[in-house]
Amino acid sequence: MAGQDARSDFWRGVRAGLPVAVSIVPFGILFGALAIDNGFTTFEAVLMSATVYAGASQLVGLQLFGQHVPAWLIVFSIFAVNFRHVLYSAAIGRRLGHWPNWKKAIGFFFLVDPQYAEAEREAGRPGGIGFSWYMGMGLLIYLGWVVEAWIGSIAGRFITDPHALGLDFLLPIYFLGLVMEFRHRPLWLPVVAVSAVVSVVAYHTVGSPWHVTIGALAGILLAAIMPTGRRPQTVLA
Amino acid sequence: MSVNIWIILSAAVLTYLTRAGGHLVLSRFERIHPRVEAGLDAVPAAVLTTLVAPAAASGGPAEIASLVVAAIAALRGGMLTVFLCGGATLIVLRQFFG
Repeated sequence: MAGQDARSDFWRGVRAGLPVAVSIVPFGILFGALAIDNGFTTFEAVLMSATVYAGASQLVGLQLFGQHVPAWLIVFSIFAVNFRHVLYSAAIGRRLGHWPNWKKAIGFFFLVDPQYAEAEREAGRPGGIGFSWYMGMGLLIYLGWVVEAWIGSIAGRFITDPHALGLDFLLPIYFLGLVMEFRHRPLWLPVVAVSAVVSVVAYHTVGSPWHVTIGALAGILLAAIMPTGRRPQTVLA
Repeated sequence: MSVNIWIILSAAVLTYLTRAGGHLVLSRFERIHPRVEAGLDAVPAAVLTTLVAPAAASGGPAEIASLVVAAIAALRGGMLTVFLCGGATLIVLRQFFG
C-alpha cells in the first residue's frame, strides 16, 4: 500500500539522518550559546536557526553582529557563505523531476550539506529520491537544530573550553567523511585534488568565504572538460 | 521589529533563494549538455572538499592525524564511525599537541 510505503520510507529517512543529527548537536548548541554572547535574545537565536537553517553561515553572521558592521554587510556575508547551495540545488534538482513543484519548494528549504550528500546517494537507489524519505531525514535534522539553538542559548555557558573538546575541528572531519562517500564517482580523485589546492590558494589570496565557490568551480570545471566517454543526457520533466 | 529580526529574515530569504535558485535556472533548459552533466556530478566532491582543505592546510599534527584516521575509517565504516574515530583522535592528540 502506498501509505505504508511512504511511512516506512519516512522512517528510513529518519534513520539515515540520525548520524547527522547526532554529529551536529555540538554545533547547534554552540550557535545558541554564541548567539547569546553576541547580544541575541533566545527568541532571535531560535528564529535564526529555524529560518536561515545553515550552520556555518549563522556562525559567520554572529561574528559580524559582535563587530558593529552595517546590516547589509551581515546579510551579504551570510549569502556569500551559502552560495554553494546554488550548486547543490542545480545538481539535486535533476533527481527531483518526478516531484510536483510544491514538494520541490518545501524540499529545497531543507537542502543543507549532509541532506544534499545523502540525497545524492539515495538518487542511486531504484526509485530515486522519495519525498517521504527526504522529509524524514530533513525534519529530524531540522528539529534537532532548532531545539539545540534553544538549549544552547540557555545552557551553553557551560562549554568553557571548546578547543579541548575539538569543537572547532569536528566539522572538517565530518565533511571529509562526506567527501569520501563519493569516492566511486568518475574523476573523484582529480576533482578533489584540484578543489583542495585551488580552495587553499583562494583562501589565502581572495579570502573566506569565496574560497568555497572558487575551489568548487575549479573542480567542477575540471570534470566538465575532461573526456569521460559517452554519458546519457538527463531529460528534465 | 528590531534590526536583528530584519537581518535574520533577509538572510533566511536569500539562503532559500540559493537553495531553490540553482534548480530554477537549470530547469529552464530542456536538455543538459553532457559536459554540464559531468560538472554537476562532480559537485559533491568539489564543494565538500573546499570545506575541508583550508582547515587541513592550517592544521597541526592533531588535526592532520584526525583527518587521516577519519579518511581510513571512511573506507570501512559509515559516517558515524568516521566521525567518532576522527573526533576521538583529535581530542586525544590535542592533549599532547595543544
